[in-house]
Amino acid sequence: MSARAANVELRIDTPEGVPLQFEIASVGERVSAFLVDVLLLLLAWLLPTVTLWLTGAIGAWWISCSVLLGFVAWTCYFPFFELRWHGATPGKRRLQLRVVSADGGPLTAEAVLARNFTRHFELVLPLAFLAAPAHIAPGHAAWLQWLAGAWLLLLLLLPICNRARMRAGDFVAGTRVVLAPRLLLLPDLARHRDSDAAAAARLPFTRAQLEVYGIYELQVLEEVLRRAGEPGGGDAVTAVAERIKNKLGIDARSLVGVPAIRFLHDFYTAQRSHLEQHLLLGRRRERRRAADPR
Amino acid sequence: MRAPADPEPWTTAFRREREAAWHELETMLRTIERAGARTLPEAALARLPVLYRAALSSLTVARATCLDLALLDYLEALTARAWLAVYGPQRSGRAVAWQFVAAGLPRAVRAAGPQLLVAAVALLLGHGVAQVLVAGDLSRYWYFVDEHLAGGRDPTATTAELRATLFDTDQHSSMLAAFAAFLFSNNAQVALLAFGLGLLAGVPVLLLMFSNGMTLGAMTALFHDRGLAVEWWSWILPHGLTEITAVVLAGGAGLLLTDALLFPGRCARLQALARRGRHAGTLVLGALTMLFLAGVLEGVFRQRVHDQTVRYLVAAATAVLWVAYFGFAGRRRS
Repeated sequence: MSARAANVELRIDTPEGVPLQFEIASVGERVSAFLVDVLLLLLAWLLPTVTLWLTGAIGAWWISCSVLLGFVAWTCYFPFFELRWHGATPGKRRLQLRVVSADGGPLTAEAVLARNFTRHFELVLPLAFLAAPAHIAPGHAAWLQWLAGAWLLLLLLLPICNRARMRAGDFVAGTRVVLAPRLLLLPDLARHRDSDAAAAARLPFTRAQLEVYGIYELQVLEEVLRRAGEPGGGDAVTAVAERIKNKLGIDARSLVGVPAIRFLHDFYTAQRSHLEQHLLLGRRRERRRAADPR
Repeated sequence: MRAPADPEPWTTAFRREREAAWHELETMLRTIERAGARTLPEAALARLPVLYRAALSSLTVARATCLDLALLDYLEALTARAWLAVYGPQRSGRAVAWQFVAAGLPRAVRAAGPQLLVAAVALLLGHGVAQVLVAGDLSRYWYFVDEHLAGGRDPTATTAELRATLFDTDQHSSMLAAFAAFLFSNNAQVALLAFGLGLLAGVPVLLLMFSNGMTLGAMTALFHDRGLAVEWWSWILPHGLTEITAVVLAGGAGLLLTDALLFPGRCARLQALARRGRHAGTLVLGALTMLFLAGVLEGVFRQRVHDQTVRYLVAAATAVLWVAYFGFAGRRRS
């Protein structure tokens, strides 16, 4: 989440009075989710078709059936899942996307229907014009195809042209598609080796040493510690530990036998504790002091 | 007691106290997202709002005082999911469908009176214009009717042939259902087109209504010219009343969007569009349902029943049914 902080967010005011921030899904994620859904629908059509073909029972009737079933499936699939799964189709769920009502209210059936019926106008009809103009409007094929192409392009580009990544259906229904990731709660770095012995043996830092860095540096340090197990993470830990020791003026000889990772953990704990204490009293220090030479 | 030099961060204790509740909420959310809220036992479901509000309160505290980014991100994501579950669509599919049939659709129709009137007038006007023009000169017929849509109903056919198209005894009764299906999906495309075209400021919707009316009007003129008026209306009305009402509903839905774009009133265009769009979505679903019924009537009933009295009775019955339904269903008792 923090890595994508530049993205547009949707602010929802909950009835409880706490604003929630949702990140707007990117166009790429929307397209991927849509492709997953289309693929599922195609599979659902292919399976009976192949079965019928293998058993030799296939005939002209299956084409008529396909026209109707295809239309019904295409029209019902999206509203059905968006209503049942709280605004997610299988594709959206795979990409952890959700449809929400932009006004913060519940996602109503009317909104779900409106946003999905618009898809016919956005995608199906222009595509049909492009693919088979003679069937739909005989005698007007050439200019109709140009019109359909422009129409399709315009509506497909619409999500790129507005900040909230809304397609025509989202405009019509007043909905947005947001990211609702399922995050795991990572372990608390300040509670490592949760035994009192370790806590008692924590390295001591003076008040002056804890006044050097700010919140930004603390959160960079958090990132370094969380990645310590990844390839290259160990080197970063050593380098960062060296820098902090220099900065705080800690004599390396006093820390002989203390691994860099343990030093960083203890410093992180002390630093966070110190800064959070400040926050509780209403003082916030974002970065280290500008006057510092390094 | 800890040494003052290395106290535990404040949020570590905060987290320790509340972690269990967060995990409980998370487990519950996983079940709800996979299988729906109704699969949860009642006792667990009663705890959902409690846990949601507890998580919200944790989030507000964490936003103000927590420097553990991982914890903050987790709480943001958790409360967002919980909000979606608590304020998501709660009703079952069956309840939604019933509400739609019993109240949603007729109310939406009554609330869209002006737009439906305009769509209906455009359609009837198209019908009238084409009928007058074709009645004056039958060779104008082809301006209004596509060849593949005519299916033998054209000025070159003899009166006997024309009569046969109204009373054809289809031997392929197995194809009946498929034919009804095709009619449905074809008309449904028109309905969805009418809805979508509303975004283009209404004129295309009116044109679509007008041109659909014209096709019908040209055929009417042809059959009237051959003295087959009674037979023609007995053929078209039983399913046509439903079908034309459905097309008007879809056109009215399109005009609702237009209305929001051109005359947003006191709200911003975007809000007006969102509000009218939902209203229009209800109408379109109604139109699709009616087209399906009309398709079944057309494909199954019309080609088997040739008695004109029965045909007119069925037409009258559908008219009464729709008037009663749209006029009176779902009214609140006051």
